[in-house]
Amino acid sequence: MIPELGHFALILALCMALVLAVVPLAGTFLRMPAWVALARPLAWGQFTFLALAFGVLVHAFLVDDFSVLYVANNGNTLLPNIYKVSAVWGAHEGSLLLWVFILSSWTVAVAVFGRNLPEEVQARVLSVMGMIAIGFLSFLLFTSNPFERVFPAPVEGGELNPLLQDFGLAIHPPMLYMGYVGMSVAFAFAIAALLGGRLDAAWARWSRPWTLVAWVFLTIGIVLGSWWAYYELGWGGWWFWDPVENASFMPWLAGTALVHSLAVTEKRGAFKRWTVLLALLAFSLSLLGTFLVRSGVLTSVHAFANDPERGLFILMFLMIVIGGSLLLYAVRAPDISRGGGFATVSRETLLLGNNVLLVLMTVLVLMGTLAPLLYDAFGWGKISVGFPWFNSMLVTFMPLMVLLMGIGPLTRWKQQEPAELVRRLRLALIISVVAGVAVALPLLGDSWSVGLAAALSLWLVATLLTGLKLRLRARGGIGSLWQDFAGRGGRSYYGMWLAHLGVAFFIVGITVVTQFDVEKDERMSPGQTIELAGYSFRFDGVQTAPGPNYKAQRGTVHVSRNGAEVALLHPEKRVYQVQRKPMTEAGIDAGFMRDIYVSLGEPLGNGDWSMRLYYKPLVRWIWFGGLLIAAGGLLAASDPRYRHLLQRQRAGARDVLPAGGHA
Amino acid sequence: MPRFVRYLLPLALFLSLAALLYRGLSIDPRLVPSPLVGKSAPVFSLAQLEDPAATVSSSDFTGQVSLLNVWATWCVSCRAEHRVLMQLAQSSDVPIYGLNYKDERPAAMRWLAQFGDPYRANAFDADGRVGIDWGVYGTPETFVIDKRGVIRHKYTGPLTQDIVQRELLPMLKQLQAEQG
Repeated sequence: MIPELGHFALILALCMALVLAVVPLAGTFLRMPAWVALARPLAWGQFTFLALAFGVLVHAFLVDDFSVLYVANNGNTLLPNIYKVSAVWGAHEGSLLLWVFILSSWTVAVAVFGRNLPEEVQARVLSVMGMIAIGFLSFLLFTSNPFERVFPAPVEGGELNPLLQDFGLAIHPPMLYMGYVGMSVAFAFAIAALLGGRLDAAWARWSRPWTLVAWVFLTIGIVLGSWWAYYELGWGGWWFWDPVENASFMPWLAGTALVHSLAVTEKRGAFKRWTVLLALLAFSLSLLGTFLVRSGVLTSVHAFANDPERGLFILMFLMIVIGGSLLLYAVRAPDISRGGGFATVSRETLLLGNNVLLVLMTVLVLMGTLAPLLYDAFGWGKISVGFPWFNSMLVTFMPLMVLLMGIGPLTRWKQQEPAELVRRLRLALIISVVAGVAVALPLLGDSWSVGLAAALSLWLVATLLTGLKLRLRARGGIGSLWQDFAGRGGRSYYGMWLAHLGVAFFIVGITVVTQFDVEKDERMSPGQTIELAGYSFRFDGVQTAPGPNYKAQRGTVHVSRNGAEVALLHPEKRVYQVQRKPMTEAGIDAGFMRDIYVSLGEPLGNGDWSMRLYYKPLVRWIWFGGLLIAAGGLLAASDPRYRHLLQRQRAGARDVLPAGGHA
Repeated sequence: MPRFVRYLLPLALFLSLAALLYRGLSIDPRLVPSPLVGKSAPVFSLAQLEDPAATVSSSDFTGQVSLLNVWATWCVSCRAEHRVLMQLAQSSDVPIYGLNYKDERPAAMRWLAQFGDPYRANAFDADGRVGIDWGVYGTPETFVIDKRGVIRHKYTGPLTQDIVQRELLPMLKQLQAEQG
C-alpha cells in the first residue's frame, strides 16, 4: 500500500502545481488579493506531497520492497543503509523525483525567505516555479513512475551500480541538482519581471542572493564530482570533458556570468536585457543538461539511464519553457529601459568583458559537446571532440579572463581615470611578470606554462591585496577590517575576494599537477621497494578482505621518506557480488602540498601485482580553490543588505507596483 | 535591422538548436561517432591474455581483414554478444581479436573456458590505457579493420545476429575483395 501512497502524493503534488501555476499569477493581473495569497500555501502543499513521495521511495529502499520495480532494479538487501538511501537517485526515475523534490524545496524557500518581496512579485515567481514543476511532474508520472510495481516481486534486487556506491557520489547528485534547480529561481524572477514589465535594479537585488546560492551548490557539486572521479576511477584524472560533465559546466559558466552581470544591474541599472537573457540561459542550460543526460542523444561514460522516448518528452518541455521564455523576452525586451551609461574605462566595461568571455566559453563547450551530433545530423561523418580541443580552449581564454579579474575590482564604476588605474596596477603587474619570467627560466620551473600560471595567480593575489589596502585605507586602516566585513556590502566584497583567491589556487593546482606529477606503472613483488619522487613505496602483498556486499583484494603499501614512515596505504580492488563489476579504490595519502596515490592493477602470479604509483603535487589546490570559490559565493549571498529589502522597497517603490503595470 | 528582430535572435538560435536535438533523437544513439574510422588502428602492444609472455599488437592487423572486439567479464551485454561472436567465428574466416578491457585475468580465462573462445588472440588491457587510445566508450565495441590496418567501421553495443547477417558479413566480404 505504501508505494501507492507515494504515487498518489505525486498526483496531488501535480494538482497543487497546476493551481500554483495559474491562480496566483492570474490574481496579480486581475487584482484578486485572495488568489495572490494562495501562492504560499500552495508552495507548501506541493512541497509536503513531494516530501511524502520522496520519503516513501526512501522507505521502500530501506525495507527492500522489491515489489517496486525501481527498487528491484537498484536496491539490494546487502547494501549498507547509506547507499540504500543514495540508491533512490541512482537511476533515472529516482533522480527525477529528487529533481522535483528539490524544485519544490526551492519553491518553499522562496515562499519563506521571499517574504521581504512585494507580494505580487513573490506570487509571480512562485507561479513560474509551479509551471516548471508541472513539466517535471508530468514527465515523472507519465513516462518514469518510480512507484511502478513488479509481479511477482524478485527475492533480491539488482543492486545499485557499484560505481555509485561511494560517499562522494552519494552526495554529488543532490548538490548538483540543488545548483541546477536553484537556477530556476533566477529564471522565475526573470520571467516574473518580464511578465510584470518591471525590470530594474530592485529585481536584480532580489534575485542576486538566490542566484548566488544556486551557483554555490553547482560549484560544490562540480568539485565533488571531480574529486570523486579522481579517487574512484583509479587513474588520477580529475576532469574528462565528458558530455555529462560539460552539462554541469555550461550552466556554471553561464551562472558565473549571471552573478557578475547581476552586480552591474543592481549597482548601476545597466545591462538589464543582457542580465535577463543570462538568467534565462543559465536555467535553459540546466534543462539542456538534463536532456543530454537523460535522452541518450550523446554517448557518455556515465549516462546510466537513457531512452529516446523520454528524450522527446524533455525536448517538448524544453521547447515550451525555453522557447516560451525567449518569446516573452523578444516581446518585452524592446520596452526595457536603458541603464546608466558608462565610460570606456570603467568597471562596467570590464564586467562586460568578463561576461563576453564566459558566454563565449559556454558556447564553445556547448559546441564541443554537440559537435558529434551536429556532424552526424548533417551527414558530415562522425567525430568526437576530445580532451585537447577543450583544453586548448581553456588555455586560450583563461589568461584573458584572469587579466580582467585582476583589473575589474580595482576599477571604479561608471568612469575610471586611466592614469590612476595604471598607478594602482603597476606593482601587481611588475611582481607577476617578474615572478612569471623567473619561474619560466630553466633555473626554477623551466616551463612556460608554469611561468604563466605563476604570473596569473600572483597577479590575482597582488591585485586583490591592492584592492583590500585601498578599501581599508578609505575606511580608516587595517583596524577597521572587522567593522567593514560586518557592515553593509562588506560580505559582498569579501566574498568576491575569497572567490577570486580560489581561482588563483585553482590555476596553480591545475598547472603544477599537470606539469610535475610523477607516475610509475610497475610490477611489484611482496617486500619490494620502489622509489618515486623522493618517497619509498614498500609493497607488503595483498590480502582478501570481505566487505558488506563485495569482496576486496586489499593491498598494503608503506610509504616512507628518508627512513621515516609517511603513510600506510591500502589500495583495494573490489568485486561487487551482484553486478560482478571490479572497482578500484585507490589508496591515497592526501596532503595540502601533495597527494600520494597508489592503485592496484592486476595480479601477476606469485603474489606479484602490477601497481600504479603517483606523486601528485598540489592536486588538492584544484578542489580547495573550488571550495574557496563556493565559500566566497556563500559569503556574498549572506550580505546583510539583502535582508533589508522590503523596508527600502516599501519606502521607495511602493507606488510603482500596480499589478501588471508596464514600466 | 528592425529593433524587434534583434530581440528574436536568441529565440531563433534556440529553435535551430532544438531542431538539431530533435534530429539527434532520431539518429541511432548507439552509432557512437568515432574519430578513428578511416584512420590507421592506434599502435599498441599488450601482453596476451592467455599467455602473458606473448604479445598482441596493432601490427597483427595488417595483411588481412580483421575484427577487434572490446569485451570484459563484468559486462552483461558482452555475455549476450558472446554467442553471436562464437557463431561468427565458425561461419567466417575473418579473425576476431579481443581486447579484454579493464578486466581480471583469472576471470577472463574462466569466461573463455566456460563460454568458448571465438578469438584468434586477446590483448589484455587491464588498466584500459589502450582502450583510451581506441576511444572506447563502453563495452562491448567492435572495430572492423581492413587489410592495410585501417579502421573502417565501429559498432558500439552488442553485435546481434541481425547486424552480423545484414551488415557485418557483407562488409567483410567487400573489404576482403579490396586490394591489400
